[in-house]
Amino acid sequence: MKRIGFALLAGALLLPPLLAGEFYINLASQILIAAIFALSLNLLVGFGGMTSLGHASYLGVAAYMSALLTSKYGFGHGTAALLSIAGTTAMAACFGVIALRATGLGFLMITLALSQVLWGLAYRMSNVTNGDNGIAGLTRPTPFGISLESPASFYWFALIVAAFAFAMMTIFVSSAFGSSLKGVRDQPRRMAALGFNPWLIRWITFIYAGFWGGVSGLLYVYYNKYIHPTSLSTTSSAEALLGVIAGGSGTLGGPVVGAALVLLLKNYVSAYVERWNMLLGLVFVFIVLVMPTGIVPGLSRLAAGLRRGSR
Amino acid sequence: MTPLNSAPALEIIDLKKAFGGLIVTQNVSLSIRPGERRLIIGPNGAGKTTLFNQISGDMRPSSGQIRLFGTDVTALAPYRRAHFGLSRTYQIITLFAGDTLEHNVTLGLLGLRPARWQMWRPLAAYGDLATEARRTLDAVGLLHLAGHPVSDIAYGEKRRVELAMALAQKPRILLLDEPLAGLSNSERSTVKSLIAAIPRETTVIMIEHDMDTALDLAETVTLLNYGRVIVDGERDAVIADQRTREVYLGA
Repeated sequence: MKRIGFALLAGALLLPPLLAGEFYINLASQILIAAIFALSLNLLVGFGGMTSLGHASYLGVAAYMSALLTSKYGFGHGTAALLSIAGTTAMAACFGVIALRATGLGFLMITLALSQVLWGLAYRMSNVTNGDNGIAGLTRPTPFGISLESPASFYWFALIVAAFAFAMMTIFVSSAFGSSLKGVRDQPRRMAALGFNPWLIRWITFIYAGFWGGVSGLLYVYYNKYIHPTSLSTTSSAEALLGVIAGGSGTLGGPVVGAALVLLLKNYVSAYVERWNMLLGLVFVFIVLVMPTGIVPGLSRLAAGLRRGSR
Repeated sequence: MTPLNSAPALEIIDLKKAFGGLIVTQNVSLSIRPGERRLIIGPNGAGKTTLFNQISGDMRPSSGQIRLFGTDVTALAPYRRAHFGLSRTYQIITLFAGDTLEHNVTLGLLGLRPARWQMWRPLAAYGDLATEARRTLDAVGLLHLAGHPVSDIAYGEKRRVELAMALAQKPRILLLDEPLAGLSNSERSTVKSLIAAIPRETTVIMIEHDMDTALDLAETVTLLNYGRVIVDGERDAVIADQRTREVYLGA
């Protein structure tokens, strides 16, 4: 059963460049990028119990840094990527210190406020960021001399990064530290009494989530070859949060499914329905009503029920 | 067993805690020897749990000092005190409901080990922790339920998991907050013998209302009322004291 599922998944991931047209290959690449982003947010929301509404900060800042470093300051892609990720991770460390002064709603509001500050900066500091015009004319890197210009080659690149990201985050949440994190999510007071340092556990997770948010930001700017302040907007954060919750927060597959759902609706349905946001809202309400814990937990419960029923 | 000149396991000096105008702990001073069995009694609202919360670090006192084995821990965070050898159980059951009994106890073990920061190895790879957790569950008679989630087991069994989690840590000082609350008679005697079997290396401080059971376990008793220590001393002396009858036991 598990092997079949694995084969199906591998097939689904390998097929797009072989069978589908450019539109779908590009859509698949975008889904992979959004999946990394949603997975990193899920470390906070699902495994850490820290609902952030400012996760786009890490995607946007890494993207902007890479864009500026390569286009304005003449850095190569390799150095720019390293600097962007390091900068984003350092920023996550600082933001974490501020945001983790609170939990719950307070935490959410602080992350929202911090991301709004960055969004405002991207808009207003037009001498650096080009403001509302965004930064256009960017290039994709050529790792080991391989061009990523064609949709298929970029898809392979994104797939490798996404697979690595998925593996790394899976290891993280399954580790002893991951157990500490889930414990702090469920019973912070008890965990402190048992000898765990809840604040430090949350902070490390916050930084790690920021790191992977930054990685998704790099892929995002490579893919689009363009960056605009909307990448830092609350809408961008909220979309990812919606994906995480719809797919199933605190699961490994959930954010991937959720991110795919949001992007499919956004890119595919918007061609037919102008108000795709409304449809997204309706779909979300439907999911929450039918499967309150998300698609992945909901479906696996359904499957378990069917298996029991057939026996 | 312990040298006479050794520091008290727990020493509380002139502790005070106020929420605005409401004083919940006032001028509490206590000294508890290593290995002692101390029972803390008092009517509802006497400030017993508040006192525990200050000892464990969940609550900062307004003034006064708390010393563990001679070290001032008043300003230390709860997790630092845990590493000092302090464990506690809760009056309101505070367990990880979705996780198995074994996982609950394993977390108790993990909390005191550097492995809690390990980000690569899965928790399941720590065979020694699992073995130790199962051994502790066996000691409280719950080994047969080790693989069940806490949400599946009965209330009385949850009380024993609370105890197992704390015992697994092999604490130097153990705070038990109403370990018998809500238990049936047979469960009481089970838990009573579990507490009686705690080794003397562990100092036990217990809040309990069930006098019949608790007095058997206690050597010394402290009576609190309105946040003050009313009587404090050897068990029989405290029970015989006129003030104990007035405040707590009734005439």
